[in-house]
Amino acid sequence: MKTEFIFLENYYALFQDPDYRSSFFKTMVFSFFTTLISMGSALILAARVDRVIKYRTVYRTFLIWPYAVAPVVAGALWMFMFDPTLGIVAYYLQFAGVDWNHRMDGNHAMILIILAASWKQISYNFLFFIAGMQAIPRSLIEAAAMDGAGPFRRFWTIVFPLLSPTTFFLLVVNMVYAFFDTFGIVHAVTKGGPAQATQILVYKVFNDGFIGLDLGGSAAQSVILMAIVIGFTVIQFKYIERRVVY
Amino acid sequence: MKWCKQIRSVGLVMAMVVLLTTPAWAAVEIQFWHAMGGELGEHTEKIANDFNATQSEFKVVPVYKGNYTETMTAAIAAFRAGQQPHIVQVLEVGTATMMAAKGAVYPIEDVMHDHGFTLDKQGFLPAVISYYQTPEGKLLSMPFNSSTPVMWYNKDAFAKAGITKVPETWDEVEAAAKKLVAAGYDSGLSFGWQSWVMIENFSSWHNLAMGTRENGFAGLDTRFTFNNPGVKNMLARIAGWHQDKLFQYGGRRGDSLPMFINEKCAMWLNSSAYYGGIKKQAKFAFGQAMLPYEPELIDSPQNSIIGGATLWTLKGREKKDYKGVAMFMNYLTSPEVQAWWHQETGYVPITKAAWELSKKQGFYNDNPGTDTAIKQLNLNTPTPNSRGVRFGNFVQVRDIINDELEALWNGSKTAADAMDDAVEKSNKLLEKFEKANK
Repeated sequence: MKTEFIFLENYYALFQDPDYRSSFFKTMVFSFFTTLISMGSALILAARVDRVIKYRTVYRTFLIWPYAVAPVVAGALWMFMFDPTLGIVAYYLQFAGVDWNHRMDGNHAMILIILAASWKQISYNFLFFIAGMQAIPRSLIEAAAMDGAGPFRRFWTIVFPLLSPTTFFLLVVNMVYAFFDTFGIVHAVTKGGPAQATQILVYKVFNDGFIGLDLGGSAAQSVILMAIVIGFTVIQFKYIERRVVY
Repeated sequence: MKWCKQIRSVGLVMAMVVLLTTPAWAAVEIQFWHAMGGELGEHTEKIANDFNATQSEFKVVPVYKGNYTETMTAAIAAFRAGQQPHIVQVLEVGTATMMAAKGAVYPIEDVMHDHGFTLDKQGFLPAVISYYQTPEGKLLSMPFNSSTPVMWYNKDAFAKAGITKVPETWDEVEAAAKKLVAAGYDSGLSFGWQSWVMIENFSSWHNLAMGTRENGFAGLDTRFTFNNPGVKNMLARIAGWHQDKLFQYGGRRGDSLPMFINEKCAMWLNSSAYYGGIKKQAKFAFGQAMLPYEPELIDSPQNSIIGGATLWTLKGREKKDYKGVAMFMNYLTSPEVQAWWHQETGYVPITKAAWELSKKQGFYNDNPGTDTAIKQLNLNTPTPNSRGVRFGNFVQVRDIINDELEALWNGSKTAADAMDDAVEKSNKLLEKFEKANK
């Protein structure tokens, strides 16, 4: 196997490549919605479970369960449910007038991997949110209740601000998750297709390196990917942390 | 050096463990990486097991490594790490890449001759062997599974829709698809392995060049030309069928097989090697016919080209192991094994002897249509356009073609743009390959 030193040519080629630029955009869309959906629904679920008195542990156990599912298995699960020919969800979608085909329609494919990736992460977020909520002193909430604040107002003015350290931590973790750990899901569900519609950065690293055998380009991409995640974390700690109430 | 001693003692312990756990009589293992999943995987394992039962010196260990691309890239990665298998199955379009990896490959002709076996090249079907020979006529890898795309159709659906004649031209396909949709079927036509079926074979079937320099056989300085009006018009036409559901896209490779099995489409263009799978799963009468052609481009079809894979022997394992490789290859190509493989799977028999044997056994009389693939391959003497394709990085090129075709099917590109873009991107890979292998 011969090697040749080409200095920064791999990076240069990468930024000339329109596919790589569009992969950037897709990754942004994917990680934004994955983070939003998984954190949003985890927060709602945690707030609901926090108010449940009976069978709380049962709910909790069931909600934490999906976290034990491996990403590839999670992906396969969603793939079967949404299979255009065999899937049960695809079958019902037909009655709603949606002709589901994630093998052809790039938006369908993107929706599918966002759903699968978020579902997988909800448990983890749920766990932290519920722990965070339990750390909030009961007396604060009870005092507000006595002053006549309804459950919704209590949540927004007391629970949510006091949860901000947890929310902030989860934001970082979820972004990193969407950037790095979702490879298995993409690989099982769409393999980056159709027409590269779900070719997120981490999948492109694999595809170019191990399928395309362009090891130099793939290595350059992983360096950039690492820089992005470091950058994200720095920004988050620098600017968002200031507004966090501890 | 203390650590040196430690390493040595660890090594000694490990060697003892190996000695103790490996019985002295154990056969030499021959690693065989393949890409045959499902039914085909079971059949491949049976061949290996049957071979192991014929002798006790060697034991062929078949390992499923995922689809073709995954298997090939796994083997290349393993070779770099010095962990390569003895035998690896590489798909037909990986041939140029493997040929360029000269240091890694032990040519099958040498493997056979070095161990006292003969290799009767005249005995192979010309359509099969010519795809894999070097310009000098040397055979580098052993043909194993070769197929060609055919048109699978649902006989029950045809009867229900009132289609009396199996379509031969694309006009007739369109008419049939209209009748099928009118009769309540979800769609008329689908296909898989779209680069292979709709571009490579469409080109050879109509005697159109897919690239310059005899489709790459004549030299590395080849470039793609499949963005010709013949291909573009056909693709534009099929894309236009999408709205009325005459055609529906069901994914890459064999992903659309469930559509055919579940009667979501009644015509399916894909490899003849789906015979075993369809026979087992389909709950309707099915048949196979020759690929449709376009009379505007050619008066009668030329010939189709093969797909499938060959077995490559990789260098760098112990010398004595390669005798086992040669024995296994010899077993694999025997008429009995090949005829069995052909009849079970729908791959074409790779040797004339296996074809004769299948005829003698009455297989084609009992199963009408099963000789479609072999008839297509032998339809006419191959021209430089229909001998096959040999392009570097073609595994990656197929992905580019897949991407562009998907963009066409979902309406984000026109056929002309999709093909021009595919040629432009693919030619960059050819240039890269030419530069790297000069």
